[in-house]
Amino acid sequence: MQTKNTSFIASLKAFLRDPYRVFGVVSVILLLLLTIAPAKDYFSEWHGFQRQYLRFITNRGDAVTLRRHFEGGIQQIWIPKLGVVDRCQTCHVGLTEASLYDVKEQPFRAHPAMPHKLTEFGCVICHRGQGAATTVKEAHASEMAGEEPILPTKYIESSCGQCHHSALEGTPKLNLGRVMLSRYGCVHCHTVTLPDGSKMQATDDPPPLTHIADKTTREWVYAWLKDPVAYSATATMPNFNLSDADASDISAFLMANSKPGVGDTMAVAETHGPAPDPTAGASLYGESFCASCHAAQNAAGNLVGGDLGPELTRVGNKVKPQWLMAWMRNPQKYDPNTPMPQYRWSDAQLKTITAFVMNKSDSDYMANVHLQPATPAQIAHGKALVVEYGCASCHEIAGVPKPDNFGPDLTRIGSKPVVQLVFLPGMEHSLPAYLNQKIRQPRSFGSSFRMPRYNFNTNQVEAVTTELLSHTDRSFDLPAELQVPTVRETNYQPAGHAGQLMTDLNCFSCHRINGHGGDMAPDLSWEGTSVQSPWLDEFLKNPNTLRPALIRRMPKFNFTDAERKELTDYIMNVYQNPAFLRDEMPATGYAPDLVEKGRQLFYSKYACQSCHMVNPDVDKGYIGPTLTKVGSRLNASWIYHYLKDPQALRPGTVEPNQHMSDDDARALTAFLMMQKSGSKGAK
Amino acid sequence: MKSNPWIYALLAATALAGCHHQQPAAAALQAKAAGSALVVSSGDRQTGVIGSQLPQPLVLQVNDSQGNAVTGAKVAISGPAGVVFDSTQVLTDDNGLATFKVQLGGSSGRYELTATSQDAQGKPFTLSVVELAVGYPQEVGREVNDKYCSRCHNPDSSAEQVSNYDNLAVKPHAFTSGDVYNKFSDVDLTNIITHGGPSLNRSALMPPYGNTLSKSEIKAVISYIRLVSDPPYVAPGVAYDKR
Repeated sequence: MQTKNTSFIASLKAFLRDPYRVFGVVSVILLLLLTIAPAKDYFSEWHGFQRQYLRFITNRGDAVTLRRHFEGGIQQIWIPKLGVVDRCQTCHVGLTEASLYDVKEQPFRAHPAMPHKLTEFGCVICHRGQGAATTVKEAHASEMAGEEPILPTKYIESSCGQCHHSALEGTPKLNLGRVMLSRYGCVHCHTVTLPDGSKMQATDDPPPLTHIADKTTREWVYAWLKDPVAYSATATMPNFNLSDADASDISAFLMANSKPGVGDTMAVAETHGPAPDPTAGASLYGESFCASCHAAQNAAGNLVGGDLGPELTRVGNKVKPQWLMAWMRNPQKYDPNTPMPQYRWSDAQLKTITAFVMNKSDSDYMANVHLQPATPAQIAHGKALVVEYGCASCHEIAGVPKPDNFGPDLTRIGSKPVVQLVFLPGMEHSLPAYLNQKIRQPRSFGSSFRMPRYNFNTNQVEAVTTELLSHTDRSFDLPAELQVPTVRETNYQPAGHAGQLMTDLNCFSCHRINGHGGDMAPDLSWEGTSVQSPWLDEFLKNPNTLRPALIRRMPKFNFTDAERKELTDYIMNVYQNPAFLRDEMPATGYAPDLVEKGRQLFYSKYACQSCHMVNPDVDKGYIGPTLTKVGSRLNASWIYHYLKDPQALRPGTVEPNQHMSDDDARALTAFLMMQKSGSKGAK
Repeated sequence: MKSNPWIYALLAATALAGCHHQQPAAAALQAKAAGSALVVSSGDRQTGVIGSQLPQPLVLQVNDSQGNAVTGAKVAISGPAGVVFDSTQVLTDDNGLATFKVQLGGSSGRYELTATSQDAQGKPFTLSVVELAVGYPQEVGREVNDKYCSRCHNPDSSAEQVSNYDNLAVKPHAFTSGDVYNKFSDVDLTNIITHGGPSLNRSALMPPYGNTLSKSEIKAVISYIRLVSDPPYVAPGVAYDKR
């Protein structure tokens, strides 16, 4: 051992005595060390992709162009104000090559058309992942703290929602998710604050339960609590998976807690008289266009009707007739926030419609529900459950205050780190997978979770997940110039007596005026400039539809003459377009040759008859409103300006802007103004 | 040293066992009956969003030589990379139907799925089904189509989506008629949408939409027309560079 060591030191000493030899050996070692960096570079993953790309384009017709565009080495998009350092194009070489759009081999496919420039936003803002990484695994699938994996394609629309907080073209899933979050009452329990500081508002109207004993029976409440979908397939109330005893106790508490409503709840039921005619009920239901808002199953089992109000298929099992009659007389008395209008029916009509609606029932429903009278202990337990499940987050319940922040705040849920989530065994470890499971089966994470289960299909679950993923930290940290202003609902309220009338009629449930109201019916902000006063008066008396193709229509309200006149005067005087005067063109007296020119333009140059009807014997277009009596309906100046630029007066209308000359527009206006009621129409 | 054939045999057996291990457990699904033809019951030619499940499941029916539905026949399905099925093979139910939930891949375009079953002799027979995936531009195009174009270009009018097709003196072509639209270049289609029918000597019933739709919306509509066209649209080849 000793000798070996000595001989090694001796030979080392001998070696060091020769400087040339030392220099040579050290140089070789240094050279080898220096090759490590270029070798690592050469054998790196991204370099392999770049070589593969060059081989891939060799045989293409556009190889020369593609090669000219090709730049080797690490490619980087750097956007300091967004904190973006994206090296994705190092491997995704053909990302901006339009001719590679149909390439199947990744990573070489071109990016599909999109509304933003790659150089302005980079990649990770939409796709997530690690932009600065240069290996596939690290860039796409990192789960380390503070890093996030790539977003699955099905949730990609969530990224648009980081900046765009209003409905957007081309993102149906995100738009649906937004509507659902408000409509299914998620935001009653969960606070969602938007970057501008406003909170997401619920659009549903869960009924107040203060007078529930007037409205329905304990048996119905029990059956509904057990399974809302069994009562109506479109129920928005979720399923709380209550045990029989718990459902019984809650129903007992709600009934015991209910106070009798004020006023004429019972009074109407006293009106005696002959049994109402069922066919009269059907026609009253039809002419009141109840189906515009309420759906009901038809004989074939299909659900027909709108979804603004609750489904009425089994409503006869639910409500008490005297309550229903009082409700129909004045819905706002029971629920001040209801979108349902006051129809101003006569007592006879109320009887007819109540009998018709009460007839919508199912004898099998609730057949097996038999509840024992509840003990005070059970009622107290029911109240405890109501508090525990946060029922008062949505419903008004006397004696139970609305809890604040009942569910967790979801303001920045889209950036929640994976390390803070608890996953089920076998689950994919990612935020989208967690949210999806949480929405689909909330109680799968443990029976102690209070969140109820909604009756959503796959696409609805994905839509809500997409929406939630859009609430990221980044949406709060955007530079001011990138923040997209949100279109916000105004709190416009018409004033005075006419304003009260419009509130009673709930015009805003369907119509939009000055940025407030629904979208089922036309925007009335400029109605006074648009229509003629006698036509409006007649229309309110008997609303006939202008568009034969529409299913949802304006119901007939039973106005008194004074009410109708007041409403007409208000609309005609207040809802004016500021851009032009209503009476700047005459209603009659156009020269016959101008009218004739307009007729020719109508039928030949602009082919208006493809969508409109002027002469019902010849024309067949029924996409746009019927124009047979348009000269008695619209004002000439409105027609003229509308023809010049339809979207300026009716944003989003289907009517194409034809860039009409002043002369053409004037001639067409003259022709259309000749189409008066009583006249025969164009030949 | 002489090599021992037993060692080679053992190595081969180990390798085979390793290969077999990769086979999915679903191979246990045994056909109880056999048909002779596959037909589509519902769910073909659907349009779905990329990376998402199709709105309706794909339902296929297995028939015997008399055209009667066969219960218990095994149907396997496969598709291009990226397509995910809830199960890749099922047995037909009491009505002879095999139901698949289909999640489309991440790129837009046509997805051709192939369903396979076996007849009594064990000979496979197949059926090809096409599903369409819309990406962002096609989705915008579809929305524009639903709002504007389908009011006339849709031959089937329904209560929810009314079409004026039947009432037009000059019938427009449905966007699915590839025989018509594939002959138009993108430039032609852009012109006819922007400036109306007369710009290409066609009917004035097609109004100009150039002042109503944005350029990107018009492009999006064209990408949608190209997607739904049947027979499928084949983009003109890339022009060769002249050296």
